[in-house]
Amino acid sequence: MSIQHLAFSIAAAFGAGALGAMGLGGGGILVIYLTLVVGMPQLQAQGVNLLFFLPCAAISLIINAKRKLIDWRNALWIALGGLPATLLGIWLSDIIDARWIGYIFAGLLIFIGVRELFSGVTCSFLKKRTKKL
Amino acid sequence: MKFLQKKKRVKLLAILGGVFIGVMNGLLGAGGGMLAVPMLKKLGADQTKAHATAVAVIFPLSIVSAAAYWWLGRYRLPNAVEYLLPGAVGALAGALLLAKIPQTWLRKIFAVLLIWAGIRMLSS
Repeated sequence: MSIQHLAFSIAAAFGAGALGAMGLGGGGILVIYLTLVVGMPQLQAQGVNLLFFLPCAAISLIINAKRKLIDWRNALWIALGGLPATLLGIWLSDIIDARWIGYIFAGLLIFIGVRELFSGVTCSFLKKRTKKL
Repeated sequence: MKFLQKKKRVKLLAILGGVFIGVMNGLLGAGGGMLAVPMLKKLGADQTKAHATAVAVIFPLSIVSAAAYWWLGRYRLPNAVEYLLPGAVGALAGALLLAKIPQTWLRKIFAVLLIWAGIRMLSS
């Protein structure tokens, strides 16, 4: 492993950890890095990302719980629906071709990116027109 | 869903949203947090609480997915070792900075990065 590769890996992991702890989707960053830069197969990158996320999430949880920033009630209900569905997702990842999983992942990135980019953007000129009408 | 009481409606929305987030976590191994944040905001959490709670939602799902992926032989522990320590340090920094830094521009830059990566992944 070259020093350059190690430096990039450390930077990517640091960034992914920080963004993940902020709930900004650090997982996406690490999978992007692993697939596009390292050239890791999609499913392997997803597995590494899942394992990577666990200590990051544990640290974030401890700090945020101490600051009373976690809405435990809603988290519980969402997790209740999410846990059995996770098994469904794993089963789907077993039967869908890895190439297509990559495409779904890319589609999700674009969807979330566009949504984030335009969140909070209001078309003021449209509002003015509507008021006139 | 107007026939349901507000409390029940919120619970139902949370569970249905959880199903979608769970499928994404198991299928894609990522992205659940990004989906959980807008959902939590819809359920009434402010920006900071939504981001913090999203991590609490994804944590148990990721334990299940990480264990299943390992059991299915999709990755080996040595594949992940080099990323764990810097990731943990990054997480510590991120959690401490969560309530302090203005996220608007960070989110816009992040959004552009996601769109670029998505297009590259589709074209590769």
